[in-house]
Amino acid sequence: MEPKTLFDKIWDAHVVNKIEGGPSVLYIDRHFIHEVTSPVAFSGLEKRGLKVFRPQNTVATPDHNVPTLEQHLPIREELSRNQVETLTKNCEKHGIPLYGLSHKWHGIVHIIGPELGITQPGMTIVCGDSHTSTHGAFGSIAFGIGTSEVEMVFASQCILQPKPKKMRINVEGNLAPNVTSKDIALYVISQISTSGGTGHFIEFAGSAIRSLSMEARMTLCNMSIECGARGGMIAPDETTYAYLKGREYAPNGKEWDRKVAEWKQLVTDEGAIFDTEYTFQASDIAPMITYGTNPGMGIAVDGTIPTGDSLAGSDKATFIKSLDYMGLKPGEKLEGKKIDYVFIGSCTNGRIEDFRQFAQYIRGKQKAPWVTAWIVPGSKQVEQQIREEGLIEILEAAGFALRQPGCSACLAMNDDKVPEGKYAVSTSNRNFEGRQGPGARTLLASPLVAAAAAVSGVITDPRD
Amino acid sequence: MIEKFNTIVSQAVPLPIENVDTDQIIPARFLKAVERKGFGENLFRDWRYRKDGSPNPDFVMNNPRYTGNILVAGKNFGSGSSREHAAWAVYDAGFRVVVSSFFADIFKNNVLNNGLLPVQVPEGFLEEMFATIDKNPTAQFEVDLEKQTITNLLTGNGTHFEINPYKKECLLKGYDDIDYLLNLTAEIEAFEQSK
Repeated sequence: MEPKTLFDKIWDAHVVNKIEGGPSVLYIDRHFIHEVTSPVAFSGLEKRGLKVFRPQNTVATPDHNVPTLEQHLPIREELSRNQVETLTKNCEKHGIPLYGLSHKWHGIVHIIGPELGITQPGMTIVCGDSHTSTHGAFGSIAFGIGTSEVEMVFASQCILQPKPKKMRINVEGNLAPNVTSKDIALYVISQISTSGGTGHFIEFAGSAIRSLSMEARMTLCNMSIECGARGGMIAPDETTYAYLKGREYAPNGKEWDRKVAEWKQLVTDEGAIFDTEYTFQASDIAPMITYGTNPGMGIAVDGTIPTGDSLAGSDKATFIKSLDYMGLKPGEKLEGKKIDYVFIGSCTNGRIEDFRQFAQYIRGKQKAPWVTAWIVPGSKQVEQQIREEGLIEILEAAGFALRQPGCSACLAMNDDKVPEGKYAVSTSNRNFEGRQGPGARTLLASPLVAAAAAVSGVITDPRD
Repeated sequence: MIEKFNTIVSQAVPLPIENVDTDQIIPARFLKAVERKGFGENLFRDWRYRKDGSPNPDFVMNNPRYTGNILVAGKNFGSGSSREHAAWAVYDAGFRVVVSSFFADIFKNNVLNNGLLPVQVPEGFLEEMFATIDKNPTAQFEVDLEKQTITNLLTGNGTHFEINPYKKECLLKGYDDIDYLLNLTAEIEAFEQSK
């Protein structure tokens, strides 16, 4: 038998039909939906006189524009409230399970899927959100789709997709202390650029990846879209099974053993061919931070911003425009630069491990008085864990307050907006112009780099 | 059904910026509608308007010299979020073709699903388009989907572009993917049984 990649094994097992010279009809196992990208798909479906084909394979939660304070009250902002209410109505009408604001399982869609065991190895998973790539950490094919495609999945539980190319990114060796999977992500994107993965699906492999926890793997796969890839994935292993076992929707009893045996086949065969392959050394990776307006503009936290001297033409113009927006200069060091906001959360770094790392760093220290910090758990369950593990006391003693779950300042659709011109060290995924609010200046980093900045009030190397 | 795509001859609006992400095409704060309408007015919102809401005269869409239904953008156009609102905004603002030397994947799928044609051209051809428009904003370009060509009618230079044959057929005939999938229900059910 011809050796196959992990990606091909899962893809091929889900192809219902292939259009000659065109895309494949791919069967979708799990469809996650939220309030922002679903309403137009629901109304499209209704215009055609259709019902959702497989509501039981669909899971809904409102996350993008929910407030992170006083969630027991009606949402004040009318448009946001309308979107959340529309989601509720649509789910009722079509029989779709909904974990709404008052539900104990509410949270960011890419946090709750894995923590409830809905996300499993070997599945095809889609959502009208580009960070659906997160779920690839379990050895599934998971990718973000547009609203027309959401409607396709509603109508048929299938999607028409051209098969992407395959890329493998190997990270070998041991990560240094205080270097996290967020740093791997920012490092890789700084090396291959924000379009380096376009047209590809990435498999992350190598000893450094194997040693990552599930939370860390999710952070890495989450960021795979930021290098342009359709998604990222990691072959399931004992770490994956240990995470999944006993979760609400994970298989149990004999079914668990049968599933694990099946999942053990989900590896890339020796000799399988990738269209593109990169290998990086874990020891080359330092705690990272971005200085520009795309996630590929990253440097080691103690490094200097490139001079841009080697760039020409529109590349140079884009570089200068970006630094102008950020109020930074070529060749400048970021360390020691005063910051105004810190955001811990999002589908990138809103899991329990992120809050443990943050709490460990700030324990016994104090938040810098001029820093506004938004500490936003990714889900109700994460919030609960923060309380149960006693992290809440550490946070509060250091001057931080815990908010309620949602996407929050990652894309600032709710009230959590960074004001114009202010600097935010953010554990989210995008530093685009205006992403965290009009004129906001975002510096992407890990929870540890963010913790160090929150305490000192300036960009700080957490290794110091 | 989507609007059928016929050959287009038009002036072009130049946006020679690279990595234009979907947050620039339409910022997240304008994604709160539950209906698909009115997104065009917020296309490139934070570049197109000043803070007080008045048009920014420096932005190309506010310069009456530039008009037409072809948008020409720097490489890696549409990166970032999966929001189809970005494709809707470009379409609603009157564009039918987006030309760049490189498109982000999800954005490309989204525009194709909305009757908007992404035309990927070589870097050199893109540079020539920008140079032509800069010197002569009224220069016309022809986009022929049937032949898969784009031609600079001022210089006479043209280039071929790629499009998936299935998507080409959909655009030419105005079909959408859901029409196709709905005809497959029996096959999809059989697939579910076999799993």
